[in-house]
Parts: sequence; C-alpha cells; structure tokens
Amino acid sequence: MSTVDDARALAPAEPFSDGPGQAHAARLGMWVFLASEVLLFAALFTLFAASRTQHPAAFHEGVAHAKKVLGSINTAVLLVSSTLVALAVQVLRRGRTRVAGLLVAGTVVLGGVFLAIKITEYVEHFGEGIQPGGRGAFFQEHATRGLAEFWTLYFGMTGLHAVHVVVGMTLLSIALLGILTGRITAPSAHRLEVFAIYWHLVDLVWLFLWPLFYLA
Amino acid sequence: MTTLPIAPDVAREPAPSSSPIVRAPSYLGVDTTLRSWLVTTDHKRIGVLFFVALACMLALGGFFALALRLEHLTPERTLMSAHTYNRMFTLHGVIMVWLFMIPSIPSSFGNFLLPMMIGARDVAFPRLNLASFYVYVAGATLVLLSMFASAIDTGWTFYPPYSSSTPTALPLALLGVFIVGFSTIMTGVNFIVTTHTLRDRRIGWMQMPLFVWSVYATSIIQVLATPVLGMVLLLVVANNAFSWGFFDPARGGDPVLYQHLFWFYSHPAVYIMILPGMGVVSEVVSTFARKNPYSYKAIAYSSLGIAFVGFLTWGHHMFVAGMSRFDAGAFGLLSMLVAVFSAIKVFNWTWTLKRGAIRMRTPLLYVFAFLFLFVFGGMTGVAVATTSLDVHWHDTYFVVAHFHFIMVGGTLTAFLAAIHLWFPKVTGKLYSERLGMLSAALVFAGFFVTFFPQFLLGNGGMPRRYFDYPPRFQALHVVSTVGSWVLGAGLVVTLGYLLHALFWGADAGANPWGSRSFEWRTPSPPPKHNFREPPDLELGAYDYTRPLEGEPREPEAAS
Amino acid sequence: MDWLRALLYVPEAASSVADRVDALHVFVITVTMVMATYVFGAAAWFAIRFHRRREGQLTEELRPSRFHEIAIISGLTGTFVLWWVLGYEQYVTMTSPPEGAQTVYLEAKQWMWKFTYDDGRSTNDVLVVPAGKPVKLVMSSRDVIHSFFVPQFRMKQDVVPGRFVTTWFEAKAPGEYAILCAEYCGVSHSRMRGEVVALSPEAYASWRRGDGSGPATTRADCGGGPGSCGDADLVTFGREVAAKRACVACHSFDGQRHVGPTWRGLFGAPRTLAGGKRVVADEAYLTRSMMEPLADVVDGYPPLMPSYQGQLSAAETGALVELIKSLRDAPESPGVALPRLEVRAVTDAGVVPSRGGPSP
Repeated sequence: MSTVDDARALAPAEPFSDGPGQAHAARLGMWVFLASEVLLFAALFTLFAASRTQHPAAFHEGVAHAKKVLGSINTAVLLVSSTLVALAVQVLRRGRTRVAGLLVAGTVVLGGVFLAIKITEYVEHFGEGIQPGGRGAFFQEHATRGLAEFWTLYFGMTGLHAVHVVVGMTLLSIALLGILTGRITAPSAHRLEVFAIYWHLVDLVWLFLWPLFYLA
Repeated sequence: MTTLPIAPDVAREPAPSSSPIVRAPSYLGVDTTLRSWLVTTDHKRIGVLFFVALACMLALGGFFALALRLEHLTPERTLMSAHTYNRMFTLHGVIMVWLFMIPSIPSSFGNFLLPMMIGARDVAFPRLNLASFYVYVAGATLVLLSMFASAIDTGWTFYPPYSSSTPTALPLALLGVFIVGFSTIMTGVNFIVTTHTLRDRRIGWMQMPLFVWSVYATSIIQVLATPVLGMVLLLVVANNAFSWGFFDPARGGDPVLYQHLFWFYSHPAVYIMILPGMGVVSEVVSTFARKNPYSYKAIAYSSLGIAFVGFLTWGHHMFVAGMSRFDAGAFGLLSMLVAVFSAIKVFNWTWTLKRGAIRMRTPLLYVFAFLFLFVFGGMTGVAVATTSLDVHWHDTYFVVAHFHFIMVGGTLTAFLAAIHLWFPKVTGKLYSERLGMLSAALVFAGFFVTFFPQFLLGNGGMPRRYFDYPPRFQALHVVSTVGSWVLGAGLVVTLGYLLHALFWGADAGANPWGSRSFEWRTPSPPPKHNFREPPDLELGAYDYTRPLEGEPREPEAAS
Repeated sequence: MDWLRALLYVPEAASSVADRVDALHVFVITVTMVMATYVFGAAAWFAIRFHRRREGQLTEELRPSRFHEIAIISGLTGTFVLWWVLGYEQYVTMTSPPEGAQTVYLEAKQWMWKFTYDDGRSTNDVLVVPAGKPVKLVMSSRDVIHSFFVPQFRMKQDVVPGRFVTTWFEAKAPGEYAILCAEYCGVSHSRMRGEVVALSPEAYASWRRGDGSGPATTRADCGGGPGSCGDADLVTFGREVAAKRACVACHSFDGQRHVGPTWRGLFGAPRTLAGGKRVVADEAYLTRSMMEPLADVVDGYPPLMPSYQGQLSAAETGALVELIKSLRDAPESPGVALPRLEVRAVTDAGVVPSRGGPSP
C-alpha cells in the first residue's frame, strides 16, 4: 500500500463532491430535524390542551398570575435576536464577515438576556411558593383543581424551551467562533444558516408559549 | 458537471498490476487498529459496530426470554420471585424493543447498504452517524446500569399511575431509552437526507432497490414519532423522580392520556421494526428468484402508506381502556386499512416467485418462514383490531403471541435473512449452506412451538405479565418453554457457523448470488469508498432479463 | 361449536354475548388460517415449479395486470371491513348496558376487587349476581390501573383511577366464573383474582335477603363502614354522603332549582349541555359529573362545582348515584324557600358571586 493510499484511507470519507450539494444536504437535514423538534413540543402542547380543556378556570387563574411584563419583554428579545441572526446570514453571504460576526454575537447576547429574564421569573415564582409538581406554599392558599398542573406545565414547557435556547446559543457561539477564525465565510454561509434556522425554531416555539402562558 | 465522480482519487490511480486478483484493501483492510474502528466515519464500519452491539443486546434479551419461559414451567414459583419476574419481563421488553428491534435492521444493514444501494460514497453526515452509534451505546449503558440498581418493574409500556410510584430505578432506565431515541432520530435524519441528496443521478426514485424505500419510510417514522415518545418518557421520569404529577388522577390528570401519547409513538414503532424487514424480504425474494418484483410501485408506495396510516391507528391498543365508542370504531377501521398495505406486500412477494428461477438458499428459506409467520401474525393482528374480539384478547397471551409472530417471526427472521444474504458482502466469506439451512429449520420450528401455544393460552384467557397462573394452562406453557430451547439452539448454531465462516470461510467473490442490486456491483467486501470507479448502472436493480457482465451466458436467452 | 372451542382452547361461553363473539372468532381465525396456508402454499408451489434449472438463468419481466391488483386490494379491504363491521356491531352491544340492568359498584385496588351492591352490602373478590339478568358494573380504581376480565364472559374493561367506567354482562346460567386482573398492577398482579358467582333467581333472592344461604364465599364483608352488610341500604347511605360532602348545599332533592340542578327526576332524563349537546343522565354521566364537573355543564347553570375526584370512594359514589336514582320519581315540593348561598367562583370575568338560589 502506498503512502498516498494511507493518507487517503485515514481521511474521513467525504460524501459530497461539491459545495452546493453539501449545503443543500445540511439545510435539508436541519429541516428534517426541526420536524422532529416540533413533535417533541407537540407532545407537551397536547398535554397542555388536554389539561386546559379539563380545568379552564384553573388555567385562567394561572395565566392571570403569570408575569405578563417579563414574558412580553422576552418575546421582544427573542424576536429581535431572530432578526439579527437572519440579517447575519444575509450579510455573511455578501462577504461582510465582521458585520456578520457582530450580528451573531448580538444574537447570543440577546439569548443570554432572555435566559436572565427567565431565571428572574422563576426565582420570583419560587419566592411566591410556586414550584413544579404542586409543591410550595402558594398551592396551600390556591387550591383550585388544575392550578398545580398549570404551573407544572409552565415550568416543564418553558424549561424545555430554555434548554433549547441554551443549545441554540451554544450552536451560534460555535458559528461565531467559525466566523472569527475564518472557517465560516461567504461560500460556507450555510453553516451559519442551519444554526440560524434552529434559532428561528426556538423563537417560534416561544411565540406559541407566550400566548398560552401569559396572555390567554 | 456531467458525471458525479464516485471516488475521483481512486479512479485516477494507475491500474493495478497485471494479475487480475490483486486486491486493493477493502474497508476492512485499510486500517485494522482498534482505534481506527472506534473513530471511523465509514458507514460500513459503523454498520458493523452497530451489528455487534445489537447482537449483544439480542443475546441479553434472549437470555431473559429463556429465563422467563423457564419460570413458567410450573404454575407457581419455579426459580425466581414475582418481583424478579416482573423486572425481568420489563427488561426483556425494554431491551428487545428499544435496544434491539428498533435500531436493528436500519442501523446495521441500513447503514452498511443504503449508501451503496444508491451509488453514494457514504451517508450525508458521516460524523453524525458515528455520534449516533455512541449515543446508542450511552443510552444502552444507562439501561443496563439500571439493572444493577433494582431495574424496573413496570412493563415496557410504563403506564402511570403505576410508573409514577414504582420504587425501582425507573428514571435511569427511561433516560437510557430517551437517549437511545436521539440515536434513532440522528440515524433517521441521516438516511432521509442521504436518500435525497446523495443518490447517483442515474438512480431515480423508482429505480432504487426496495430496501432503500423501506428504510426511507422507516426513517420518516423515526424522525416524527420518536420525539413524542422521548417527551412522554421524560414526563414519566419527572413523575417518578420529582412527583410532578402528570397523568395523576388525584391531581386532575388522566392516565389514559398517557396511553394516547405513548401509543402515538409506540404503534408506529411497530412499523419501524417491521418495515426494514419487509425491505430485506423484497431483496431476498428478487435475488433468489432472479425476478423483478411483481409490482415495484406497489411495494414502494405501500411502505409509505404504512408509514403514514400507521400514525393513525394507535387507539387500537386502548379498546378496553375506556375510550368512546366512536373512537374505538374509527381506530378499528383505520387499523384495517394499514393491514391492507402489509397484505399487498405479501402478495407481491409471493407473486414475484412466479416464473422466476428459484434457488433455495438460507436467506430464501428464512423468507419462506417469514411469509408464513408474518401472514399469520399479521392476520391475527387484524383479528385483534376487530373490536369485539379484542375485548377478550386484550392483554392476554394472544396479544403476546401476535406481536412475537410479527417481531420475532417477522423482524428477527428478516434480520437473519439479511445476515445470510449480506454476510458475503460484509465479510467476503461464504458460510456453510448446510448449517444455514439446518439452523433456519431449527429457528422456524423452535419459534412456532414457542409461540403457537401462546395463541391458545390467550384464547383460554391467560393474561400476560402473570407470574403465577391457573394450573390448567400448564401443559401449553411447558410446550412453549421447550420450543424456546429449540429457538435458542438455532440461534446459537447460527452464531457458531457464522463466526467459523468469518475466519475460515471460503472466498465469496464479488457477487455470489448473482444479484442485480447495486451494492453487489463492487468487490466484496467493498473498498473504503464503496466503489473504486463509478459503478455500471446500465442494468436495473431488478433486471434479470439480461445477463450481468461476467455471468455465464445462457444457451437460449429468455425472450 | 363446542369441539371448535375445545380445539381453539376457548373456555365455555357463559355470557349472553359470548356465543356471537365466538362465532366471529372462529370465522376470523378460519380466514386467517386459509390465507396463511394459501400464501405459503403458493410460495412453496412456485419454489418447486420454477426452481432454477441453470446457472445464470434469465427470467422475463412480469408486470401485474390492473385487474389482478384491483381484485387483490378490494378483496382484502372487503374482508377486513367485513370483520370490522361484525366486530364493531358486537362491540357496541358489549359496551351498551341494557335498560334496567342491576348496578354493582366496583372499586379495585392493589390487589383486590371490592363490590358494593345497591342494598349497601359489599363483598371482596366475589361478585354475586343473578343468572339470566343483565348486571351493570360501575368501576373505579383507588390506586393504579387494573382490568376486570372474565374469560368465560368474553368481557374485559380497564379500571382506571379517577374515572368511572361502566360495563355490563349477563351470565347465562348459575355457576362460578374466574375474575382475572388483565392490566399489570404490581408485584401481586397475577394473584389479583376473584370470582363471579351467578345464582339462580331463587338462590339470588335468598342471598339478597341475607339469610346466610348460598356459598360461603358470597357472604358479605361486614367491615366496610357505613352501609356494609345491609345495615342501611345504599340510598340511606347516599343521603348521609350528600350531607357530609355538602352536595345538598347546591342540589335539592325535591325539584327546586338551586345553584346546581335538582336531583329529582334527574336520573335517565335528557339533559341539554351548555354547548348545546344533549345527553342522558345515566350512571356514567353522573359519576363523570362528580369527578369532572366542568366537562358537561347543564345549560343555564354556572360552571362552579368543584371536582370530587379522589375524595369519594366507589361506595360513596355508588351511594350518591343510587340516591339520585331513587329520586327519579320523588315528590315535588314547591314553595319551600331555600337558604340563599354565597358561592363564589372564578369565571372568565374574574371572581363573581354566584346567582344563588331563586326566591319564591
């Protein structure tokens, strides 16, 4: 076996022979994965719908008690962050790497802001004696049937969403690193794009959680 | 660009020396260190890794099955306590369903063959593919660890409220299953994207080998159903570990809602398990009958039909759980529809044999076993979907027998057929045909003797998951237990001669079966990048009307 | 038919629906056997008839005729739909308790069955019923899911905590029939067995009188609290429960409109719900209204009632239902002023006082 052979054998098998093909595959892969993610949340939304039908009064009571202002600020934060990352992809395609880097950094920071507000909310609720599973002093005073379920769902669903925010921030940080080190440039903008698509999903899920837990 | 270079570097290589049997290293030979296997991104090696892991899980699950059967030799305690028995049947179910059946054919043979069958060098995301293997290993490890921490005793369905309060290591095992689900999703995404983006331009959707269709349909189910299961399992973990109280009637939840969510995944999961097996059967039948599939489109579309209608039938697991009459009727009718798709496939396979040139070899023998067992299992499935009959059969051994006919008689038999069909492709060696036939006969006989009596037990009203049972059922239980030994012996013999063939088997040559399928148009075992040069795809994957290059010509060609 | 049952290992058909179910069973299994044999036989015949004669033998390409495809698909669909029609028709019968069935309340728990009869008696693990008469079971579980399974009756129904499910059966002849739990419920799942004892009309009548006749196992359990052993019938017990649980704060026994609908003449009457749906107030509706009151609110009443899920035992629930049943033809006594109640509840508009009772 020649040394050339050896070198090639050790290299990872690159299945694609051209860039556009690879970009197409990456995008398709992300969309298929998002379909999967949507069904992950769908299970919880189903549970929410079923519980709400069963205890409409308790769910009204729960929504009335939610931190409307903080929740709405968070919606704005996420929407702006989603816009920033969408712009970043456009800008990167035109080759303006530095601006793209800044925009991505902005997205990650806004993600952090979202989490900070979310944690503030959690802490305040804990302070009021609201804990998942119907534990805490709050439920001694408010015994409405189904209220515990509302707050458990609140923590479960927003918590799972927060996990997705963290994952999205991690992915975008990786992309940011790639932009800074010059591994992600205009021709390989799809790498940023797939992470941006993911971030849009995170945003979109929140757009459903917001009315359910804060407005309805 | 006009041609898609399959392996451009290799193609440019100077032609090998004069001797025609000089062998450039196959994927097995390029690097033989352990490390090269563990960090490989070659889909073929990942397929082999999965195969080894899956075989271990099959052995473990099978061991539990044998122990369970042994326990039922007598109506009272035979060798274990009720608590041990409960944990053992749960582990048998969890291991067989999630650690063996669901990943079985897609992750091992799908990984190995799907890219080759569409003329690709690898899957679309090779590193994700490797990650999927390690995620599987991590999840499986958690499940196995739970065995040492009091295991789980809920049955593989984890119904609350029981699962909310069981004091066993349920969270550990369920997190394991949850993680294995990630592996399933990764593999599914990978296969879908690979099929879409890496197909050789000369292979259209209707020219793909049917195995690709079945794996593609399976992947769709995997991607769409697994997350629902994952979420539901997390909720069960939250209930058990933190008493969050979902589905808890005392706090206003509904246990039946859990069953809806669980079966929304777990019924399609049945098709995840059987569809790839159906793909294997399509390949085996055509290869050994040297015949085009009776209706290619019917087989391909029925795979998609099963994938979609399979999502709408979950309610038939709950006819006696207290669902409304309308729901029961609707789910019953939809279940009938999905059975039609499976039956279409069965007729197609049978009629593919007509006017073929059939040679009975081990894989085909397994497929014959499959045909018998699957038709029986499938038809009894329609029988249990018949609402009034299900009332009697639900949660009895009839159901146990039915799904073992599908899972073991169908999927495991197809898995064995796949092993024997593609053993020469994967290893380049031939196994002993005589021992192959013998063990196929053992497996079939053992299986039938094990599970046929269970239909009768179910008719008699023997509920499943019973540690003690009324003594009148003992005779049938003994027969079933004896059958399980024969089945086990058949599998051990298989393992024996396959290991022997792996080391000392005769050289198989590139295409020992004379198959037209695309994975055979490269040496066996295949080179690292599957094809040294773009394969000749002139002849279709099922075209047996013309001879393959190098095949002995017939004196009088069929017209 | 009996030899077929023996062949299929099916137990005797002891309920009114069992014979029809068995007939369908035999039909379905016969078709299954014929199909499996046909497919396998065809495959085996092709394997012999078209075995390979030479190495590299070529075959011609066959395509199915449109007719063959349509025939197979419609044949299969037809067969399966026929099964569905037959099975579903039986299922509807099996899930529709006939009018006038005698009601027994069942509470399942790990790992026993407790039956409460309308005369207030209760038995453990033994269900005493009259042969030849339909018996309706109103069932709930105290802990996990169980499933009430009597193989000889071909009936099975999951018993779910937090829900009341009804099912029914009619034993054809006097005898003893095994009850098995068919839903895995924990370590002693396989020991959770019981027995249906069907008595002849005379034996049953004497058992009802409680004169100690009948099999020893059928003797009532006398440790079951108020109402057990026939100290008081279930209706009397129901009045106690209604008072203790404050049902009477909102529901009258005599036809007066109050915060909630009156119980007089309620049982078996058609109700119009808030959404416009019409239902009949049977046991299932009444028990559901206790556990999930807001699911089916009667038109014209505020959605105020709290849920009693997890608070009422099966015996108490049964007692209330029996009480409501007994008030079907209770005398109306208009003109009695009811105390005005201050019931406050949360509605869409926030906390509002209820409408209270009507003034005379």
